[in-house]
Amino acid sequence: MTLNEAMPLAVLASSLLPGLIIFLLPEAWIGRRTVLNLSGAVAKLVLVGVLLVGVQGGVDYGFGYAVLPGLDLLFKVDALGLLFMGLSASLWLLTTLYAIGYLEGAPQRSRFFGFFSLCVTATMGIAMAGNLFTFFIFYELLTLSTFPLVVHRGNDKAMNGGTVYLAYTLAGGALLLIGIIWLHQLLGHGDFAHAGIVTDLDPTYDGQLKIIFLLLIVGVGVKAAIVPLHGWLPQAMVAPAPVSALLHAVAVVKAGAFGVIRIVYEIYGIEFAHTLHLLTPLAMAAAVTIIWGSLRALFQDDLKKRLAYSTVSQVSYIVLGVALFGPVGTVGGLVHLVHQGIMKITLFFCAGNYAETLGIHKVSEMNGVGRRMPLTTLAFGVAALGMMGVPLTAGAISKGWLIEGARAADMNWAIWVLWTSSLLNAAYFLPILWRAGFRQTAPPWPAEQLARHGWRETAWLLLLPPLVTAAATLAVGILATSEFSPLAWAQFIARNEYRLVVP
Amino acid sequence: MTDPLVWLILLPLTWASLAFPSGPGRGAWLAIAALGVQLMLVLLLVVDVTESGILVRAVGGWGAPLGIDLAADGLSVAMLLLTQVIALPLAIYARSYFSATAPEGKYFWPLCGFLLAGLNGLYLSADLFNLYVTLELVGLAAVGLVAAGGGARQIAAALRYLFAMLLGSGAYLLAVALIYAAYGTVSMKTLAPLITAEAPVVIWLAGGLMLAGLMLKTALFPFHFWLPPAHGGASAPVSALLSALVVKASFYLLLRLWLGPFAGLTAGAGLLGWLPATLGALAILWGSCQAIRAQRIKMLIAYSTVAQLGYLFLIFPLLTGEAALRAGIMQAFAHGLAKAAMFMTAGVLIKATGQDRVDSLAGAAQQLPLTMFAFGLAGVTLTGLPPSAGFLAKWQLIEAAMAQGAWIIAVVVLVGGLLAAGYVFRVLRQGFLLVPATSADTSVFHPLPRTLEWMALLLAAASVLLGLRGVELMELVSLGGAV
Repeated sequence: MTLNEAMPLAVLASSLLPGLIIFLLPEAWIGRRTVLNLSGAVAKLVLVGVLLVGVQGGVDYGFGYAVLPGLDLLFKVDALGLLFMGLSASLWLLTTLYAIGYLEGAPQRSRFFGFFSLCVTATMGIAMAGNLFTFFIFYELLTLSTFPLVVHRGNDKAMNGGTVYLAYTLAGGALLLIGIIWLHQLLGHGDFAHAGIVTDLDPTYDGQLKIIFLLLIVGVGVKAAIVPLHGWLPQAMVAPAPVSALLHAVAVVKAGAFGVIRIVYEIYGIEFAHTLHLLTPLAMAAAVTIIWGSLRALFQDDLKKRLAYSTVSQVSYIVLGVALFGPVGTVGGLVHLVHQGIMKITLFFCAGNYAETLGIHKVSEMNGVGRRMPLTTLAFGVAALGMMGVPLTAGAISKGWLIEGARAADMNWAIWVLWTSSLLNAAYFLPILWRAGFRQTAPPWPAEQLARHGWRETAWLLLLPPLVTAAATLAVGILATSEFSPLAWAQFIARNEYRLVVP
Repeated sequence: MTDPLVWLILLPLTWASLAFPSGPGRGAWLAIAALGVQLMLVLLLVVDVTESGILVRAVGGWGAPLGIDLAADGLSVAMLLLTQVIALPLAIYARSYFSATAPEGKYFWPLCGFLLAGLNGLYLSADLFNLYVTLELVGLAAVGLVAAGGGARQIAAALRYLFAMLLGSGAYLLAVALIYAAYGTVSMKTLAPLITAEAPVVIWLAGGLMLAGLMLKTALFPFHFWLPPAHGGASAPVSALLSALVVKASFYLLLRLWLGPFAGLTAGAGLLGWLPATLGALAILWGSCQAIRAQRIKMLIAYSTVAQLGYLFLIFPLLTGEAALRAGIMQAFAHGLAKAAMFMTAGVLIKATGQDRVDSLAGAAQQLPLTMFAFGLAGVTLTGLPPSAGFLAKWQLIEAAMAQGAWIIAVVVLVGGLLAAGYVFRVLRQGFLLVPATSADTSVFHPLPRTLEWMALLLAAASVLLGLRGVELMELVSLGGAV
């Protein structure tokens, strides 16, 4: 095995092995567990960095072997996969730090961190999957490894949330499986290729291909929380904050959105999907999701629920970008995969801080919280403004490209959808900021658990991650035109892999 | 003298016989050592068959038609492999499970030895009559193991089991007699070209009797009535042995007859395969629903066996292609490994809590994490989620079904998977429930030997890991044409 073949396996191993060892560690070995966790996360980040440089230089990283006669487990590292891997690996490190602080003194931490590592392993597998079979294996592994995290609290409410989550994802998985095997039946394989693989089929199969497309998109759409398949996401809010971060930014909904991209571009091919008239319905579904999610978010008093509906809405920006037939929309969708992750994880970190420090779970309890927790509220504010698309933030870049993309594709209604969504975003985020910043405090807080230490309003492990991601929200917005921004990478993907002419 | 074919039958007979004089509950170490040797022998056999195709041995130098022939091809070696791979960890588990004085472990070792000798003999037999003898040996040893529990419930279950077994093998024996009367031979190889679609009615009758008898023995719906009490009532190692291995033997036999001597009949009657498949589909639905409703954990697992056996019968209408056979064997492996592991974890949970109700499992994930993890892995295989052998089985089954336009089978497989998730996660959900330590209704967890937990985990992990590399097994199955 050459080094280039070993790299994808090393990426998987850097979280799989620590995860498996952590399962066996006694609860009390906090130090050793932390070292394992962090060294795994750092190792993965370094490996992904090496891959980034390599792929930019045109190196091929891949590994595969036969699981069944004629059916391969295949890993391939390409620029699109790396976009997702880079996001997940960086946010995993931060989320691990945050989780260590968040769960201090909580029971069952070995189990938690074990499944946490498995979850990231599954995400990496999804990103590196070279065919639909491999994609499906890791897609389902992600479902399985997140279930124990969702029900981690072990009370009835957590169990119900977990059951709903499983019901949705397993049913979606079954449809996805049928679609994948059907495609295998027609083609004999399901390997991703940048121009799509179904193009050569006889036109008589067009009807079948449309049904398969529906099956595949519904299958991944459950995780991407496309309306009406989104019901599990608000229910899964019972999970601890680091898990919500994982669900909303690092792994689960992203895996769904990533699946949509792979299916549209690398199974069907964007041109062929367009000729089959598949893109307009997809764009419509995304538009409905964007508006519906924002509308529902307006009426949630529970902070995490409001954020959850906001995720429903924001993730479909990615889908919308994919469905806009044209290079500009593509770049907008791709870059939003990263930008949404950074902004949403900040919001969830902050929500977790409010809950852990002061016991605040509801928007109506947030009056004056900005004075008690200025740094957290600052980070929250930056991310919330980013979500609205205020200039100089990450959100402005994605929205700008998406709107341009809609214009270029002559889909003016999509522009209206995006503007409406921005207004709705402002309508549900600005009141929070106003309460936090300008309303008078009415102490006592619901349940103050962590006292202030000088400038440190809460435990430093809780404070650091949201500040870093808030800074990143600004950085990727301000430095978007630089060579190493997510935007530059998204353009690289569109140009090099999908052979699109990007302005 | 070092022929693995012969020793695979002789060795278990030897240790079973030696276990009798050494006294009740003894013979464990000898059995474990011998099972290790048996595993090596099977691996040798795998190499032999891979190199030279079908192996045939005339026992004692007297070949058929006067003496007895033993034969091994890819299919039989695969089943032998499954048997020994499960039997060895199971024996280590059973040694820790049965305390020296436990009445239910008194006759475990000799009966287990005879059972394994019967199974190995069955997979190696080349004629219909020897198959009958080994089938009967397996059945009687299995009934003995269930009855060894000694309680009124176990005896009742064992009697019911005995009647089902005798009825099944009686029907089979009658069929063998009819065939012998018609053709004057019982060798499968000689019969294969003789039995054609124009065969006389009596041969159709014989085939029908064999089909019915073997479906009864494999507990295919609606002949499953004997299975849940027998498998759910026996002690954990016995349940594991019965659910993982014994029911597979009659399935194997049915498959072998279907593809071998009766190929002429079955190929001509295309619709015939839909009879077992329809019953299999009903078994999946009925068994899963009963498992979802079951109150006792072992009954839940036993009904899951009823459901999982259904998948094995879904392959019959698709057997014109090789893909279906592969799917069937993969499912036999997946279910064998996972079900053995699951009954073993049930044994641990019941011993630890002293109860066998699903409701009493709250807190198990905290107290017995290893066991719950093993249960979860086995559950993943039974649900057919990737990566696991169960997933590969379902993938191949759905693919084979779609290739032949049998959409209904693909749908049944998927619905069955979702139902399986229903009963597996019912247990997991209960296990993950966090119960305050002071609560009065918390089960008290007794400490247990770790061997019990690790052996269950070993088999459960094997059922999952096979899902990452099934190509060798599938190539083995295709070796030597299934006769």
